[in-house]
Amino acid sequence: MSFTVSEPVIFEYSSAGRGASDQWPAAEPQAALADLPEALRRRAPPALPEVGELEAVRHFTRLSQLNFSIDTHFYPLGSCTMKYNPKACNQYAMLPQFLARHPLAPESHGQGVLGCLYELQEMLKEVTGMQGVALSPMAGAHGEFAGVAMIRAYHRARGDEARNEIIVPEAAHGTNPATATMCGCVVREVPVDAAGDVDLAALAAAVGPQTAGIMLTNPSTLGVFERRIEAVARVVHEAGGLLYYDGANLNAILGKVRPGDMGFDVIHMNLHKTFSTPHGGGGPGAGAVGVGARLLPFLPVPLVGKEGERYRWLTEADLPQSIGRLSAFMGNTGVLLRAYIYMRLLGRDGMRRVGEYATLNANYLLKRLMAAGFDAAYPQRRASHEFIVTLKRQARELNVTAMDFAKRLLDYGFHAPTTYFPLLVPECLLIEPTETESREVLDAFVAAMSQIQREAEQEPGRVTSAPHTMPVRRLDDVRAARQLDLTWKPTPPP
Amino acid sequence: MAFIPHTESDVAAMLAAIGAQSIEDLFDEIPPQLRIKSLAGIPEALNEMAVGRLMSERAASDGTLLNFIGAGAYEHHIPAAVWAITTRGEFYSAYTPYQAEASQGTLQLIYEFQSMMTRLTGMQVANASMYDGASASAEAALMAVRANRRSRAARILVPSTLHPHYRRVATATTHNQGLAFEELPYCSAAGTILPDSLARFAGQDLTALIIQQPNFFGRLEEVDALTDWAHAQGALVIAVVNPTALALLKPPGEWGTRGADIAVGEGQPLGVPLSSGGPYFGFMTTRLEHVRQMPGRIVGRTLDVAGKSGFTLTLQAREQHIRRAKATSNICTNQGLLMTAATIYLSLMGPQGLTRTAAASHARTRELIAALTRVPGVRAAFTGAHFHEAVLSLDRPVAPLLRALAARGIAGGLDLAPYYPELGPALLVCATETKTAADIERYRATLAELMTAARAA
Amino acid sequence: MSNIPADLKYTKSHEWVRTLADGGVEIGISDHAQHALGDLVFVEVPEVGRTLKAGEACAVVESVKAASDVYAPLAGEVSAANEALAAAPESVNKDPYGAGWLLRLKLAPGALAAAQLLSAAAYRELLEAEGG
Repeated sequence: MSFTVSEPVIFEYSSAGRGASDQWPAAEPQAALADLPEALRRRAPPALPEVGELEAVRHFTRLSQLNFSIDTHFYPLGSCTMKYNPKACNQYAMLPQFLARHPLAPESHGQGVLGCLYELQEMLKEVTGMQGVALSPMAGAHGEFAGVAMIRAYHRARGDEARNEIIVPEAAHGTNPATATMCGCVVREVPVDAAGDVDLAALAAAVGPQTAGIMLTNPSTLGVFERRIEAVARVVHEAGGLLYYDGANLNAILGKVRPGDMGFDVIHMNLHKTFSTPHGGGGPGAGAVGVGARLLPFLPVPLVGKEGERYRWLTEADLPQSIGRLSAFMGNTGVLLRAYIYMRLLGRDGMRRVGEYATLNANYLLKRLMAAGFDAAYPQRRASHEFIVTLKRQARELNVTAMDFAKRLLDYGFHAPTTYFPLLVPECLLIEPTETESREVLDAFVAAMSQIQREAEQEPGRVTSAPHTMPVRRLDDVRAARQLDLTWKPTPPP
Repeated sequence: MAFIPHTESDVAAMLAAIGAQSIEDLFDEIPPQLRIKSLAGIPEALNEMAVGRLMSERAASDGTLLNFIGAGAYEHHIPAAVWAITTRGEFYSAYTPYQAEASQGTLQLIYEFQSMMTRLTGMQVANASMYDGASASAEAALMAVRANRRSRAARILVPSTLHPHYRRVATATTHNQGLAFEELPYCSAAGTILPDSLARFAGQDLTALIIQQPNFFGRLEEVDALTDWAHAQGALVIAVVNPTALALLKPPGEWGTRGADIAVGEGQPLGVPLSSGGPYFGFMTTRLEHVRQMPGRIVGRTLDVAGKSGFTLTLQAREQHIRRAKATSNICTNQGLLMTAATIYLSLMGPQGLTRTAAASHARTRELIAALTRVPGVRAAFTGAHFHEAVLSLDRPVAPLLRALAARGIAGGLDLAPYYPELGPALLVCATETKTAADIERYRATLAELMTAARAA
Repeated sequence: MSNIPADLKYTKSHEWVRTLADGGVEIGISDHAQHALGDLVFVEVPEVGRTLKAGEACAVVESVKAASDVYAPLAGEVSAANEALAAAPESVNKDPYGAGWLLRLKLAPGALAAAQLLSAAAYRELLEAEGG
């Protein structure tokens, strides 16, 4: 596909007096504003762009054409679960009655949407093996915050103020330590062993009366299942700590294993990953949290309760020990509806197939890439729904890095996998195909990677200066940070 | 089912390439005792036709009430083009723009959004948005503590006229980080903070003062006096503002002598439907000197290796994926789709459209108050100017009236009894440009009838 | 190979220390550190007059890929800070031991004796052991 060459900033289309006037209400007489104190009035209207409707539509449509997206490209971003976002989820979440309802409208006129949210809570409990679910955290990191805050609240409620340490494996996602700090905790890292499992001996040495809990992903960020998870759970529980599950990799085990059965006390789910709500160029997500019995009293409010056949919001009055309110209203309801629709489309068997086919696709892609000569970080292990390929050999022998491969893949029409995460593996690509990709797409990706490897050997400059066919070449990040240009300013006349 | 394209022959070929006999073999590293036995609690799958019918029935059962509720979420006209473009797959199913060359659409759009928000608020830099107005306010408090070097106290003054849910979110978000919030009372006649009530804090170590404009009651605060007082005390000013109102009201960058230091708010009024409370987006803007303390994503313009202009995420060293435990926040998202909708909305409305929307909302609310206060037993609670909502005092409890109004198809407003019991029976009402004279008359007539009936009973 | 001037002292966290004629010290980050960080985009230096404990974070150096704390090798009071770095953070990359100095300290009594500083040779050994 070809890209439009470049598109001016919308302000450059602006022309005084122009506007999409069909969209505006009628003007009010001056007298209507007479009661607003002069001292509080704006002196001149805000300097927003003045463009006609077609100009605006063309501009933003052209901008959209500068993007890669799941609808247009394979997007094997490890840890992001870029699966197809079903159009039905969007269409039915945007039914006019759902869109028009005010968050504080009477519950009597919201039993339909409340029913969807309640059933979503119940389905998420079932598929994760937890006892309670709250839907209000608005992103994965927000859900993490809720989870760690609940752990702290639990210990405090027991009178144990000393437990302020959160253990994190060294391969953890950056939000984990950041979240721990936001909750007033101290972070202690434990190493993983050469096979990718948490080092049990190091863990046993790290736990104690100061341990609030451990934050884990399973499968881990290394793309492999934490085989001794039951032992890890025992060590932490015996030391008096709780287990937090980062649900980023839930897609690998959906329908096959439940975090609650592995011993986790609290989990967050990324509905925008596993449950296919849209990534939207950076959001909105939804970070629903699930808890075992111990943490039920601490769930963030509001959540949906059912009394007989009626649904209602449960608030601070119903959960006096709640960690509180995390959202002005009840979270990203529109996103939650999309997740609900997706789960109804999947059904019981569909959940299981997600885990199975995500794992099948990942293992197939791993084997094909290894056969093509690429080095897996953990070649002896099964891939979960994702796996790591390391390009440290190419970096050392050919001076071509993971970054270079990622940029050259764009020219081949593939979004790059996740690069340089986890930090533990040098020059790594974390690759997650998801279950919605066909075999042909995976084969085409392998072919592209092989082609880039050949280029790296024969014509490395082509790779290290990639991409060549995108709307822009590589961008000067240093200049962007040193010479901050964060808002548009008109060019002064000469 | 599950949008999985594989045929049986695909599966066979793939298993052969892997060297496994069955898909189950691929799970052999997982201890068997951990495998799910049954998911009986999940219903059977529905096909798209069945799901469509289910959702349509549920939506129809909810219906739509004639809406007069504001309280932090506002019903405004949304041009059709806004969501037609926002739901294009290239925006809807795109990822976070970490690979800048493949994301110039999203990145340029964020840059345009940042530019529009700084102009609206009169501040110098904006981020790419946050979860919502409440969490943006909480993050602003944390940011003020980082940015105000002179203050050691981490003490934030918060008016009780700040949205009650925003105050609760601020506490829930920050209490593990040692912040102390002190509430300022409001004047019972005016419904605003009295600058004189701040006198008892003079000379103390204060980190920041939060000012909401318009405030939760819809009233207008004396922002200049409050801002200058805070600055004289060495405190930073955090403005919590309504973006539609900013078309008519003095922006935070121009409050007092120096202007506010951080300006945040709920962006929902800009092209985002009410949607039972979300997804919305928070906006955050600040002065250039504080940019490195600002959480969230920021897009900058730069050049590529061929000298062509392009856009990229910048100042990422503050963020979780680099600083980890020392990050300014754990935030890993911006409300991308909503910010996209807002940018398109602001482009279609422009300065004239936004000003007319603000003016019409103000005018309709004045008309609503005039109409409703003609009903015996209803009077305005506060004197003084308001923007597009107001508090009415009633001579009887509000909750039963709201139930009766709902039964007649009207969402009459927000009962303030759970939040401000000291006001007695009080109702927060709002009318925007979406309400006609006929809508207002319908509300007035229904309320009059209901109150007469209640009085007779 | 990293430049490690012989007349300076170093820390394990890659700061260098130069004693000044007035008895105070000047502090910066080593050539190894600036190379590892990459092109600096921002430097934050402490306020003059601030009192620092040994080991306390006193400055921040930020590149596009990392933001690192700089730790005070010794206890003392900040007597000067290199404000020029605000406009030209790249000075730290180009001249880490000269124009790229970060701060100067008036030492607390006994600070020098208590300090755990490495000689140039010892720092070089440390870098070699780390594989840099």
